Amino acid sequence: MLINHPILGPRDASEFVYLGDANLIHRPDWQAEDALAQFTKYGYLRDNPAGEHRELWFHEQGDRSWLIVTRNTLTHEISKVEMARDVASAEGRSK
Amino acid sequence: MRYSGFRVIKEALTGHRGWGPAWRDIDPKSSYDYIIIGGGGHGLATAYYLAKEFGKSRVAVLEKDWIGGGNVGRNTTIIRSNYLLDGNEPFYEFSLKLWEGLEQELNYNAMVSQRGILNLIHSDAQRDAFIRRGNAMILNGADAELLSTEQILKSYPFLNVDNARFPIMGGLAQHRGGTVRHDAVAWGYARGADQRGVDIIQNCEVTGFKIENGRCLGVDTTRGFIGAQKVGACVAGSSSRLMAKASMRLPIETHVLQAFVSEGIKPLLPGVITFGAGHFYCSQSDKGGLVFGGDIDGYNSYAQRGNLPVIEDVCEGGMAILPMLGRARLLRSWGGVMDMSMDGSPIIDRTHVDGLYFNGGWCYGGFKATPASGFAYAHLLATDTPHQTATAYRFDRFATGRMIDEKGMGNQPNLH
Repeated sequence: MLINHPILGPRDASEFVYLGDANLIHRPDWQAEDALAQFTKYGYLRDNPAGEHRELWFHEQGDRSWLIVTRNTLTHEISKVEMARDVASAEGRSK
Repeated sequence: MRYSGFRVIKEALTGHRGWGPAWRDIDPKSSYDYIIIGGGGHGLATAYYLAKEFGKSRVAVLEKDWIGGGNVGRNTTIIRSNYLLDGNEPFYEFSLKLWEGLEQELNYNAMVSQRGILNLIHSDAQRDAFIRRGNAMILNGADAELLSTEQILKSYPFLNVDNARFPIMGGLAQHRGGTVRHDAVAWGYARGADQRGVDIIQNCEVTGFKIENGRCLGVDTTRGFIGAQKVGACVAGSSSRLMAKASMRLPIETHVLQAFVSEGIKPLLPGVITFGAGHFYCSQSDKGGLVFGGDIDGYNSYAQRGNLPVIEDVCEGGMAILPMLGRARLLRSWGGVMDMSMDGSPIIDRTHVDGLYFNGGWCYGGFKATPASGFAYAHLLATDTPHQTATAYRFDRFATGRMIDEKGMGNQPNLH
């Protein structure tokens, strides 16, 4: 698989480390009333879809940036690659 | 029909016209007491033990394609019970004991071959860990023996013991481990279940569950609605897809694992060897092919095929430990998709829906578990209590902190 890095262009997937579902950037509020239940879901439950999947890849052998890759788990086709940083700041989360 | 040597001779003399099908091709009835979703090894074993051990009739197995076409037909056929943790080892040892009696019980030649499995050791720390594991195995009634490099070389004189990075410093052997003809396991359980009245219904895909007031009343299928007292999901690899129809999210990611076979060569490997440090394990099939594999690809996939980097990684591991492997041509490679759970261990449990049960999360270790998985799942379905060897395989272990994490990797499925 080739991952079209937004800055570096097409890079072989073997340069990356795979973390999992991109929802992992949405860490729950540790001060919430139901923080334990939220963290249990966050840590252990996954949608695991057959089809389009947004997921986190880390460019360990490259610029060490986190990417959010939209990839089809049935065909391995990659339709979109974003910087995780940009996605988070668009949500108003990062400074 | 009972299979025997006499029967083979008789059929040979009469033109093989008397064999008949090994199980019935049958249309679904309108309702059953027990429906097992998934006609793989585990599902068929579950149906078999429901009928045989728990005396249940009105049992059906629903399979979306043909039985045995999923992971039971795609694995590398190894059986063993060399686990460390209390939640796992009694279960896998129970499974190995069932394997030992399986062919006589089923009257079916599954080619169970206890040729032994050997885990190679490359450092003092690894030896300590393997001694601990061997002791845990022995405490749970399994067999384990620590071998020196000299002892290993008697059986495997060609191993590269002086590898600069991973010198071989010994190994942990389980002599009762080995290999089994995987397809025959599915067929043997199917035949045994069918003989006890289980309906095996192929080309019947479950498209939804009928759930009312928190109770599962049956399943919608491509061949219509089928009612049931109890429904057992048993579709590892596709568990998340199926259980989403019951509004469940699982502690599972689906990953692809590749396997490989070389061209057939003369007898070389007497048993199974695992080179965990190099992501490589290998045995030799009775047809002569070297059957080997390594790590999962490491990303979510339902594609039943992997990518080239892992093929390269596995072959490099093979070349490091078995340099002669480079002379053999790779005949085939294939992939299977598996439920990678959050702690690397399976789940056999009830769900939040009454009458709906779950069996899955087998990671890449489901084949060896087939008999015990079927037995324990049948026990749960029939009695609503877990089998004594499967009490730890609960959904709520992630919430209560009772994970069964053999490698201590945490909630990262692609590291188990």
